[in-house]
Formats: sequence, structure tokens, C-alpha cells
Amino acid sequence: MGRRTLGEPGWMRALLIALTLGFLGLFLLVPLAAVFAEALRKGFGAYMASFDDPAALAAIRLTLTAAAIAVPANVIFGLAASWAIARFEFRGKSLLITLIDLPFAVSPVIAGLVYVLLFGLQGWCGAWLAAHDLQVIFAVPGIVLATIFVTFPFVARELIPLMQEQGAEEELAALTLGASGWQVFRRVTLPKVRWALFYGVILCNARALGEFGAVSVVSGHIRGRTNTVPLHIEILYNEYNFVAAFAVASLLALLALVTIVAKALVEHAARRRGALA
Amino acid sequence: MGGPEQRRVLPGFRWTLTFTLLYLGAIVLIPLSALFFKTATLSWGEFTAAVASPRALASYRLTFGASLIGALVNVVFGSIVAWVLVRYRFPGRRVVDALVDLPFALPTAVSGIALCAVYSKNGWIGQYLEPLGIQAAFSRLGVTIALTFIGLPFVVRTLQPALLELEPELEEAAATLGASRFDTLRRVILPALLPALLTGFALAFARALGEYGSVIFISSNKPLETEISSLLIVTKLEQYDYAGATAIAVVLLAGSFAVLLCINLAQRWASSLQAARS
Repeated sequence: MGRRTLGEPGWMRALLIALTLGFLGLFLLVPLAAVFAEALRKGFGAYMASFDDPAALAAIRLTLTAAAIAVPANVIFGLAASWAIARFEFRGKSLLITLIDLPFAVSPVIAGLVYVLLFGLQGWCGAWLAAHDLQVIFAVPGIVLATIFVTFPFVARELIPLMQEQGAEEELAALTLGASGWQVFRRVTLPKVRWALFYGVILCNARALGEFGAVSVVSGHIRGRTNTVPLHIEILYNEYNFVAAFAVASLLALLALVTIVAKALVEHAARRRGALA
Repeated sequence: MGGPEQRRVLPGFRWTLTFTLLYLGAIVLIPLSALFFKTATLSWGEFTAAVASPRALASYRLTFGASLIGALVNVVFGSIVAWVLVRYRFPGRRVVDALVDLPFALPTAVSGIALCAVYSKNGWIGQYLEPLGIQAAFSRLGVTIALTFIGLPFVVRTLQPALLELEPELEEAAATLGASRFDTLRRVILPALLPALLTGFALAFARALGEYGSVIFISSNKPLETEISSLLIVTKLEQYDYAGATAIAVVLLAGSFAVLLCINLAQRWASSLQAARS
């Protein structure tokens, strides 16, 4: 990139850069640092002791379970939806794309509420579920459903535009050469969308691990049974157990940092290969 | 793309589309429709009583007001951040660029307790605001801070690609014709960025309207004062007032849809204006 002959004078650039660094430092970095500072306020021993709690471990297990179901489910959906949308023409396609993005416009609390209306005791299926001794709300299935809802569009919205842009020539060539449909998908399509898929999975996973509002509404907050990590943090915090609350929060903050780095790396790799929409 | 013969050749159309529609219906559409069927069971009087109670009205004012302020602050600072990240080269730029995603990547409950710790009166920032008579945590200002925090990435990430696509020739032409840098900014750069600015604003605004986790910790959650609509929905649910919760949810949802729709229209208007100019 050559030296720009016009643009802002040097002092203006310096001022804008300083403003950016100052704003982001004060607004983003300070809260992040505060999580770790509060967690370590009473020393490393107290920090580690926070994890020596069956309720915390149960919360970690539940959060991982919910993500382990929600992420693959939305990956399969994203692949199926992008294959149908990007490879074929049909009526109502743009409406379908809009509807796939719909969960982003819905408040997490409302996402939880709709499942309570469906599966809660007063809900549509409530009586039937109770008669068959099944529980969705205030139980693990509700938490998984709410997690799937809030992470619904992440994979699909990365794959659809990319696959539309790439076109189907290579798939058609492979078919002509005698590959089966499944082989075409696995050997041709999947490698072409690999980076966008990673990217979608990273975003989907981050949201699944950290979801609060939707899960809070359907969970019932039963300690050791229906508490996810973010809900466990809330309980500890409301009990004025600040060190433990921030210690558990620091785990999620570390995960957030991993997410940011992974996202930047995938973006970088994909941009070099032109493999991100 | 997608010529008529392609449809016949590539396999898997029927089952992928069937699966897509079933999954979308089961996870999103049927549950969301429950919201409207539940509302329909209310009489008009019951609905307005739930939706227009003083407590509900106060919660809309706070939610929409704080979200609006947050989104506007983000448009200003987000533009500066995006401009600096796209146009200037300085050490650590890639780290700063990645950092912008923090509010998105950080779980909202973690953001909530962290912001509360920082802005409370003995917190790292709050202690300097306290002598100035500014109470940041447990006030409406706190709600606004949280809603600004979570919206920032939306503005920056929408503006960055638009800034990259700006043609430097236009700015050079303006400068050659004698325009000052300020004139170029106002007459050339800003109009070209307007659609992206509007989209970023709308995304941040819509996200803030529904936000819950980061707000409830930094807010004192007092009815009529610092209670956001999402929290009012949760409170009503905890009191088993499902109808009341649903009615407020419908208002909030209508609000987010209206924002996204307005912006869609504004965007079309802006790009047609731009097309007419060039």
C-alpha cells in the first residue's frame, strides 16, 4: 500500500488513534480486567477453592451438554439449509432466508417465554407432558431447546451467502465424473465451505456457552440440576459470594478470549483463501 | 446460477428443504406463534391493562430510551473506531481489531457483573464519577452503559466492510476540486457510508431492546425507575402471570421488528439516493 497523499493531518490521526485506544481500553478492557482482579481479590487459593463446589461442576457439565447438542444440531441445519437455498431455485426463498435470521431479532427472554408457553404446565403441551411424566420446562430439555433457539442462525448465515457466491460448477463436474451425491457433498462442497463453517461454529458455540436470558426463563434455577454456568454466576453473585462468582465468570471470560482469537485466526486464514462471504 | 438443468442434476433438494422447513417450524415458528395465540386469548381490556400499566409504560420508556442513546453513542464512537482500524496502521492494530468483538464473545452475565464492579461507587471507574455527583451503577445511566457496551461490535463490524469498499479516487477527486478534508468527509464519505451506518445503528438498537443479562446486574431494577421491559417479563412469569408477560413480550417484539423494518426502508432509500447521485 503506497503512502496516501491526502487524508487527515498527522496530529488528527494521532488524536483519532488515541481516542480509539482510550475508548476501547476504558470501555472494554477495564471491565475484562476487573473480572480477573475481583476473582483473585482474596488470593489464588480462594480462587481455586471456588471450583471445589459440586454445584459449580454440575453447572459446567450442564452448559457443556447444552452446547454439545445445540452446536451440532445447528451445524446440520445450517448445512441442509444452505444446500437447499444455495443450490436450487424455489419460490419463497428470500422469505425463508429472512425467517432463518428471525431468532436474532427476538429478545432472549422472549425466546425462553415461548417455550414456557408451549411446554409449561399451563402451556399447549403441558397437560400431555405431565400425563406422560415428561418435563421440558425447569429441566434439561428446555435449556437445550432455548440454547438451540438463540444460536439458530449462526451457522446457516455464514454458509448461505458463501455457497451462493461459489456456485455449483465443481459439484456438477464431480457428478458428471460419476461421484454420488454424498461423495460430492463430502469431497467437494464441505472442503469449499470449511472456513465459513468453522467461523459459524465458533460464534454458535460462544453464544451457546454464555446464553443467559433465554436459559434463565426455562431453567427454574434448581441448584446442581438445572443451573448452567451463567446462571450459577448469578446465584453466587446474589448471595454476595463475589470471589466465587467472579472466579467462575473468569472461566467464561477466558473462553471469550479464546473465541476472539480463534475468530480472528479463522478470518485471517479465510480471507487469504477468499473463503468467507 | 441455478439453471433449470441444475435442479434435476444435483441431488438432495427435497430432503434438505424438508428438513430445513421442519426444523425451522419446530424450533422457531411454532414456538413464536404460541406468543400470538396466547395474546389472542386476552380480551382487549385485559391486553391494554397489561400493556399500558404505568409500570409497563415506564419500562418501555427506559428500554427504548436507553437503547436509543446507547446506539447513538455507538454510532459516534463506532465510526471513529472503524475509521481508525481501516485507514490507519499502528502497532497492535490487529489486537485492537479483535478486541472489538469482546462484548459479543463475553457472556452477558459476565459483562453484567464486570460492569457493575467497575462502575459501582468504589469501582475502578465509579470512584472517579462519585465525587462528580454521578451515580453510574444502579441507575438509568448504568442501564445505558450496559446497553452501549453490548451494541458496539454491531456498529464497528457493519462499518468496516463499507469503509474498505470506499473508493479513494472519490476523495482524491474531491480534494483536487478544492474541497477541504471536512467538506470531503461531509459531502463524499458520509453519504457513502450512510446505509452501513443505519444498519449498524439498527442492529445495535435492536440488540439493546432485548438485552437482559448485562443490564440486570448494573441496574437497581426498581419498578417505574430502572426496570427494563425484559425484566418485567421475567417478573411477571415468576408470578405465573403468563398472559401479562406475553402481552409485554408482544410489544417488545413489535418494537424490534419495527426498528428492523424502518431501517430496511431507510437503507433502500439511502442506496437509491446514492445511485441517483453517482
